[in-house]
Amino acid sequence: MEPELLIKLVILLPLLGAAFTGLLGLFVPSFRSREGVISSIATSMVAIPFLITLFLFLNFEGDAIVADAFIWFAAGELSVSFAYRIDELSLLMTLIVTGVGGLIHLYAVGYMHGDDGFWRFFAYLNLFIFAMLNLVLGNNLVVLFLGWEGVGLCSYLLIGFWYKDLKNSAAANKAFIMNRIGDFAFLLAMFMIFKEIGALDFDSILTDGLTMSEGTIYLIVLLLFIGATGKSAQIPLFTWLPDAMAGPTPVSALIHAATMVTSGLYLLARLSPLVLMADGIMALIAIVGAITALVAATIAITQNDIKKVLAYSTVSQLGYMFLATGVGAFYVAIFHVMTHAFFKGCLFLGSGSVIHGMHEVEHELAHDGHGHELDPQDMRTMGGLKSFMPATRTTFLISTLAISGIPLLSGFFSKDEILFKAFEAGMFGFDAGWFVWVIGLLTAFLTAVYMTRAYVLTFEGEPRWPHADTIRPHESPWTMTVPLWVLAGMSVVGGYLGIPAVIAHGELNWIHHWLAGENGPVSEAVFDGHVGLGMEWGLIVLGSLIALSGVLLGWTWYSRHGLSFDEKISARFGRLYKLWQGKYYLDEAYDKAVVRPMIGAAENGLAPFDKYVIDGLVNFVGFFTRGASFTLRYMQTGLVHSYAVAIVFGAVLLIWLMLF
Amino acid sequence: MEITLNWYLTLSALLFSMGVLGFLFRRNAIVMLMCVELMLNSVNLSLVAISQSLGDSAGLILVFFVMSVAAAEAAVGLALVIAIFRNKLTIDITKINLFKY
Repeated sequence: MEPELLIKLVILLPLLGAAFTGLLGLFVPSFRSREGVISSIATSMVAIPFLITLFLFLNFEGDAIVADAFIWFAAGELSVSFAYRIDELSLLMTLIVTGVGGLIHLYAVGYMHGDDGFWRFFAYLNLFIFAMLNLVLGNNLVVLFLGWEGVGLCSYLLIGFWYKDLKNSAAANKAFIMNRIGDFAFLLAMFMIFKEIGALDFDSILTDGLTMSEGTIYLIVLLLFIGATGKSAQIPLFTWLPDAMAGPTPVSALIHAATMVTSGLYLLARLSPLVLMADGIMALIAIVGAITALVAATIAITQNDIKKVLAYSTVSQLGYMFLATGVGAFYVAIFHVMTHAFFKGCLFLGSGSVIHGMHEVEHELAHDGHGHELDPQDMRTMGGLKSFMPATRTTFLISTLAISGIPLLSGFFSKDEILFKAFEAGMFGFDAGWFVWVIGLLTAFLTAVYMTRAYVLTFEGEPRWPHADTIRPHESPWTMTVPLWVLAGMSVVGGYLGIPAVIAHGELNWIHHWLAGENGPVSEAVFDGHVGLGMEWGLIVLGSLIALSGVLLGWTWYSRHGLSFDEKISARFGRLYKLWQGKYYLDEAYDKAVVRPMIGAAENGLAPFDKYVIDGLVNFVGFFTRGASFTLRYMQTGLVHSYAVAIVFGAVLLIWLMLF
Repeated sequence: MEITLNWYLTLSALLFSMGVLGFLFRRNAIVMLMCVELMLNSVNLSLVAISQSLGDSAGLILVFFVMSVAAAEAAVGLALVIAIFRNKLTIDITKINLFKY
């Protein structure tokens, strides 16, 4: 089979799945309860593309293939076609999207069982996969933008999936509106590129585009980065991501951890030769990424909602990836995207499994008439779940250790590579390198602490929900635990795709060769020298020690003191802790600086303008007509003769005008 | 004495003026309708005369249209007059002024 045909199939199948479940569910009410049919179709519409992509991946020969489907629109110089690009980067991203996406589909079968919107959920999920594939496979910026907006739409639909609760709809709106800010910058960047080189496909951008003037490239890269901060939740636009946890947990895992939020990094990696030419913006990217990583990590320590911890952790890890992008290590950013998709996907699904179990507890408490209310996501009411949910616990532990960077697990390899690249950049003339390296180390420690805290509070110790001796949660069904095991397995072995350069001089660093090799699609910053072997070993040991100490300290603190340790931290850090707990008061600041002035301007400026000027104009026309007709109506005498005289005079006047 | 085009046009103008004045100053609806007929036919007369003097038959064709319209107008007008008379027992046009402010 030709790759061109296969890649179109990969794109089309999820769309077909979405159309089938969506339309049939919309028009045939009896179809909605057929969970077996819906879920098997939806899951296979992601699993089959995964297998096709795997086939393409294994048979890939090293030359980018462009599958041109048809011309989308053409106007003047601009001609945009639905063209898809198969190369190392897009294949890897497609594998992540369809692979992790397929597992999460399977997981959602169990998680969403019995929900009224079952059909709607799977239609949206398939639509999301379709949009995401457009994003990573598109061969020009316009198709990429189609996917970019498509995933934004699906994210909106799925965050507000339980739309009957107004809070969820508000979170969906927030996500959508904050994303629009970034999207606008992205659009401007696209316009500028078109104005400069008259084309939007990647081949032209990465050849002609490199000859643009320096100032133009700076501006374009800056705008692209602003676009990326919106979609990938970086300072200053990250506050939507924690709120996005209002959606069902599989959505949080798929969209807000593994795939959609990484699209900003994909964009920068795809245009990496262009980005590398704007070194000032690179420094900005690295610093913003590092600060985001630190800020989100400090917030994560203070959160009690298990999904909120993971959400801030995602923001923090995304900051890491931007840090890597900023120091010119694009392939490492993509490497971390991949490992993060495994362990964060697993963590989110694990938290979903926990919530599933705690729902049971909540349900029983409500039925027994004890009058207890329980928030199934609050870690303060969990504890001791390891004996009730062994599979969830083991997989959660594995991925916790992986994200903390414990040696030989996947997170260790990618995080270590990021820190190493930052160190290298700092050593060879990139001033921001040192700064981000130090912040990266600090964040690594915090990551280990807050993830261990989340694990210990959830699974270790004694159960803390009311009547824990009689009410017991149960392990989730196999459709939920199988994806957990697969993702946990990948979190263990996924890192071996990027074995660091200390071993065999980087010969075994597969992901480097694959993405940034001779003809690879991703460029990287080149430095004047190399960090010595001993120094690199030292850095690896340092990174491992930080991760280990974070996990060990977190473990001792929280298993010994339990919840009360939060108060100790609070007492120790005082107002700083309050700042973390208040999420740096960013939401409040935005509310004061943007939302309220906007509402105020609307209420005091636009509303009166509308009321008095626009409406006034309309009303004036009405009043004028009424007033004029009040006097003019007396011309209507009802007498035929008066009309006849008027006609005669009129006719005479006309003839007069014509003759003289 | 030869009868030239001017004679016809003068007669036509006289008849038209009589029609206009009659329409403006008479109050009997039937007489007013007759005045309208007079105006239409005075125009017909000038059309025929000019058509003859120019040797162009287009004017003659227009006359037929005017006559058919005049016939239709007379039929409708008289029917209205009868209907009004049945209601108000008068056809004095100054008494029929319901359609006013």
